[in-house]
Amino acid sequence: MSDNEYSGLSCPIPISEYPHVLLAHGGGGKLMHQLIEKIFTATFANPMLETAHDGAVFKADSDRLAFTTDSYVVDPLFFPGGDIGKLAVDGTVNDLAMCGARPLYLSCGFIIEEGFSMDSLWKIALSMKQAADEAKVSIVTGDTKVVDKGRGHGLFINTAGIGSIGHDLTIAPSMVQPGDAVIVNGDIGRHGMAIMAHRESLSFETTIESDCAPLADTVMRLLDEDIEIHCLRDLTRGGLAASLVEIASVSGYRIAVEESKIPVVDQVRGACEILGFDPTYVANEGRMVIFVPKKEAEKALAVLRDQGLWPEAAIIGRVGDERTGIVTMKSLIGAERIVDMLSGEQLPRIC
Amino acid sequence: MRYVDEFRDHEAAVRYVRQINRITTREWTIMEVCGGQTHAILKSGIDQLIPGKINLLHGPGCPVCVTAVELIDRAIAIASKENVIFCSFGDMLRVPGSSKDLISVRAEGGDIRTVYAPTDTIRIAYENPDREVVFFGIGFETTAPANATLVYQARQMNLKNLSILMAQVLIPPAMEAILSAPGNNVMGFLAAGHVCSVVGYDDYEHIVSKYNVPIVVTGFEPLDILQGIYMTIAQLEEGRAEVENQYRRAVRREGNITAQKIMGEVFNVVDRRWRGLGLIEKSGLALIHKYAEFDAEIRFGVEQLTAEESTECISGLILQGKKKPYDCPVFGSLCTPEYPLGATMVSSEGACAAYYRYRKEGTESIKQSGGKERP
Repeated sequence: MSDNEYSGLSCPIPISEYPHVLLAHGGGGKLMHQLIEKIFTATFANPMLETAHDGAVFKADSDRLAFTTDSYVVDPLFFPGGDIGKLAVDGTVNDLAMCGARPLYLSCGFIIEEGFSMDSLWKIALSMKQAADEAKVSIVTGDTKVVDKGRGHGLFINTAGIGSIGHDLTIAPSMVQPGDAVIVNGDIGRHGMAIMAHRESLSFETTIESDCAPLADTVMRLLDEDIEIHCLRDLTRGGLAASLVEIASVSGYRIAVEESKIPVVDQVRGACEILGFDPTYVANEGRMVIFVPKKEAEKALAVLRDQGLWPEAAIIGRVGDERTGIVTMKSLIGAERIVDMLSGEQLPRIC
Repeated sequence: MRYVDEFRDHEAAVRYVRQINRITTREWTIMEVCGGQTHAILKSGIDQLIPGKINLLHGPGCPVCVTAVELIDRAIAIASKENVIFCSFGDMLRVPGSSKDLISVRAEGGDIRTVYAPTDTIRIAYENPDREVVFFGIGFETTAPANATLVYQARQMNLKNLSILMAQVLIPPAMEAILSAPGNNVMGFLAAGHVCSVVGYDDYEHIVSKYNVPIVVTGFEPLDILQGIYMTIAQLEEGRAEVENQYRRAVRREGNITAQKIMGEVFNVVDRRWRGLGLIEKSGLALIHKYAEFDAEIRFGVEQLTAEESTECISGLILQGKKKPYDCPVFGSLCTPEYPLGATMVSSEGACAAYYRYRKEGTESIKQSGGKERP
């Protein structure tokens, strides 16, 4: 985390006292309460959390709610463009947004390995607070566990989220229709390559920063403009390719995309070329595909690009009327091929 | 992006396809040797653009695919030992040995690590002085200089806990084996550009004169491959058989002398067994006597471990260009990248994996049309 409104603050648990998390910090006693109060409750500060109750009690402003959960085990915990805390908030916020929901509340479970740096924990909590503020959600309930040294990887975080749906649309892969335009909100592949470069100590001329970002505001803007969204999907592990394959398979229609229209910045392209990776399979954390009727495509694109929000947003393909349930891609040289999910992760080429 | 976009240009590709169409008067069968080329052909769809008269066969140039099953078994035996850190390129972990693969050994508690460069293992050996660190030295002439450097540096640093399991193979002897096999139908080769960037292409002169086949040293971008096909077809149509170099921006006739020097310092040429192709004379590299202390087979006493290949998988015929993936009765059904029966389905450079990934849709119709991919 760098250059934010919280930088300059120092960890409320004096480093001289407890520079590292102890097993006792998860033991249910005074140390645990001190950790929760000083690091989490004070940072995430909101009335529901401050009741120190077993759960959060609230009223919802809609009778349609969305509910999701995700666990975060990223290595490294801090990477160019973000950290596990930002990821844990943005990831769950984005999953709610993909349901067309306005994110309201998050829960947050920490599994901390004994010996983890207290200062890092504090930085991650601040980063979560900042991400939550940006996405306009509150972290209203949580849990802390400490596991023996060697039984964790520093820190794992689980978040769950609830959002309200204030419209009558059903946004789902099953709603995809022939003729729909396929839009992506920005250039792809940054998060995966940032993590890869950092983890494997691969250095390029310029640092690739993760694209980690909240998408809820963008989705709300599209809905506010009355754009008839058929389907949304955030591009996470497996990249653009995996998301399109999943949607094609559920909708039953063919999705045809063009390689030349998929935005990829040169840094990511270059890194992919060196390693033998295909950017369409590289992970993202702030990118989504949006399916809208053809007649609304240009309007949706204008909303995305408005005020420099997503200048790289692009229409990358369309839904065909063939009921094959597959994804095809027109290659740069003009031939068509199938796009499939990978069976595992991409591996660098050998020679 | 420079040096990439110009070699994927649509207009130029269309022009090349038109040129190839213009000069092709009859059916020709040519083989691209390298798995990287196979991958590029299927990914960019070159096989769909060129005339139906040209039959592209996919060669043995996938380092993961051709590593003999007994070497995988030896790797598994070493990696299963206490106190060993076994380092390998990622693709090798999923190649089936006689009874299991390296990934299962890892799940059973073996310390198996994926590395991106052979010399990464030097750091691992240095940081773990009480453990034996072994590198799986696979690949063609392309990986040989880096693998030789690993051994050379280990000697310089006096690292006693590092060794290499040598599975290194050489391309020209495999091309000769394919040409001299009964029933061969390869009429010309696109030679592997990266291999030639290391060892040059003088070795191909005698293959060209002995077997009367054109060999064109070819790169890996779509336009490289289209130009390589054009040059090969032009030779065939004109009745010529010569070594030509399409990949001039990366390959010189003499190759990379520095790389060859380090290979000569550390390796000598030996007979080697290939998966699917059997024993090929003078087709492998082993450590010379001076460096024998770094030989993992000797250090762990696994030289005698032998294994027979599975009979279910036709990858041998695919690697020789005698069959295509869709000729296999279990392609895409019993054998998939998730549950590979043979190495050609594992590596991204393997022909079966490339067909599965980019052409799965047409599997049934392709089979019914007798193997022609185009209407």
